[in-house]
Amino acid sequence: MSIVDETGSAPQTTRSPQSNRSAQSTRSAQPTPATTAMHPAAPGASAERLDASGLKVTLGRVIESEWIKVRTVRSWVVMILAAAAVVIAMGALAAAVASGAVSTPAAPGAAGSGGRNPFGATDPTAISLAGVNLAQLIVGVLGVLIVSNEYANGSIRNWFGAVPRRLPVFWGKVIVLAGSLAVVMVLATLAAFLVGQAILGDAKSTPLAADGVLRAVLGSGLYLAGIGVFGIALGSLLRNTAGAIAVVVASLLIIPNLIGLVLPDDWSDKVTPYLPSTAGQAFTSVNPADTLLGSAAGAMVFAAWLVVLVAAAAVLLRRRDA
Amino acid sequence: MIVIDHVSKRYGSQLAVDDLSFEVNPGVVTGFLGPNGAGKSTTMRMIIGLDRPTSGRITVNGRRYENLSAPLHEVGALLEAKAVHPGRSARDHLLAVAATTGIPRRRVDETLDLVGLTSVAGRRAGAFSLGMSQRLGIAGALLGDPEIVILDEPVNGLDPEGILWIRGLLAELAAQRRTVFVSSHLITEISSVAEHLVIIGRGKLIAQLPVAQLAAGAAGRSVVLRSSQPGLLADSIRGAGVEIRTGADPEQLEVTGLDARAIGQRAADAGIVLFELTPKTVSLEQAFMDLTRDAVDFPAHLQPAVLTPTDTDQDDRSAA
Repeated sequence: MSIVDETGSAPQTTRSPQSNRSAQSTRSAQPTPATTAMHPAAPGASAERLDASGLKVTLGRVIESEWIKVRTVRSWVVMILAAAAVVIAMGALAAAVASGAVSTPAAPGAAGSGGRNPFGATDPTAISLAGVNLAQLIVGVLGVLIVSNEYANGSIRNWFGAVPRRLPVFWGKVIVLAGSLAVVMVLATLAAFLVGQAILGDAKSTPLAADGVLRAVLGSGLYLAGIGVFGIALGSLLRNTAGAIAVVVASLLIIPNLIGLVLPDDWSDKVTPYLPSTAGQAFTSVNPADTLLGSAAGAMVFAAWLVVLVAAAAVLLRRRDA
Repeated sequence: MIVIDHVSKRYGSQLAVDDLSFEVNPGVVTGFLGPNGAGKSTTMRMIIGLDRPTSGRITVNGRRYENLSAPLHEVGALLEAKAVHPGRSARDHLLAVAATTGIPRRRVDETLDLVGLTSVAGRRAGAFSLGMSQRLGIAGALLGDPEIVILDEPVNGLDPEGILWIRGLLAELAAQRRTVFVSSHLITEISSVAEHLVIIGRGKLIAQLPVAQLAAGAAGRSVVLRSSQPGLLADSIRGAGVEIRTGADPEQLEVTGLDARAIGQRAADAGIVLFELTPKTVSLEQAFMDLTRDAVDFPAHLQPAVLTPTDTDQDDRSAA
């Protein structure tokens, strides 16, 4: 029994290194059974023992594992690149459409300037970031898929078996996706801005240094990273691809519009600014519309949504059977 | 070793595992046998901490699975062969598993070689046959060089060469003093790889016994004879405890209570020519079914309220 109960130099183990060594030598002294001739690969089973002391599960190692998992599924990499391409291409398209009809940056407070509708927006920054609205669906769905596919194909049990405390797997997904989306999407929004302003031309464009412009550009990139986390949290809470995608689409596109139709105006005016997507608009617009929160407050409300959803997902992850 | 101590698991109104207690010891391949829906997969999931027992306690090497610091080095498990992202290559999948606990890259290649997947390591796991997926799952289980190996239905989907391979592999793991715990719902499958059996039905323990004992109980219950003089033959072997039946074929007799050797001797003494002298064995399946029928029905009568999880329920759960 003592041989089997070998736990290497894990801290709980009180056994001396001496007995540990003897256990290993006992094992390596085992004769190779004759059955190994059945398959050329079988002798590998008696390869030397791995050193247990180096095999602790750490958050850093799980993050590395999640990084491998994300970058080795081609469709996920394609989705990240597609979201970046949408941001840049739609921004360029909107700028081209608007280049004849846009007002000067000196009058950005006009009605509708808070939105990203290329045909309604008059703010040159908003025009060049027109693609963020579509890209948020791509990254939201990606966040869902990264979690829900593991419940669908059962591989979540592999990962929870490898990481019995479970939460590092969840943090690993959040950190890897948020990190890679933050880098790629900030670069994409910067590129979309620069391309868009170039298309708009000197007369109609705005410099990055103008008031609030850099915040809106960087904020849009970080908003997309946040929506990725939003998807992860919903995917983990619902564990079901179709359901979680429906919730992502509903909460980003449908509910913000529906709420104005369903609730009395004075209610919806109070509620609408606090939705995730409208809170996002508050810090991704150069000059948020009067109906929106201020940019700092919007960022905090958006972050609060993420914290609440991620915390709920983390608690349930520990409690539920996998 | 694995210790299951009075473990029960309830899903809603269904008792999937009912006060189950047994131990799985190192050095032998232990088969975990029971009909579909008996609670095998649930028990295995509970061993590696995926499902929490409603009551009772499970320890691996004396500790709860959740408290293992190097889990893959202590317990390697294959629960579902197809539980891999279909778009990820076999090597990338194993690299991601290895990364969680710092297993070096060369060990991944070594393990791929061990299961015979080196040549297809770069292919998408979704394109794998069930047999190849089983090998990939086994590679994942062996990656951390574990003390305890738990495989759920590993023989399922393997071709005869693959079954031969896994039999050798499991025997070798057991010879290395590892704890090897392998489930199946088919006695014929499991008896070809396991030496010891833990048999459950409806979530309860039915029997723990060596395969050899089950096989011995199944063998040599009756002898079939054929002769042109069946009447004389019957007279020559008649005696206390001997039962002789005649079949549709007038030349044939079936005898219980006397072994083939004694029958042959008496026939020779009486000068009767035998055309056939065949000890008839009951199949392992029959022996298994006799065993489970007796053991399952008795507690079911005592506790008619206990629901039995059906196959579909189990499948639904594992697919969810």
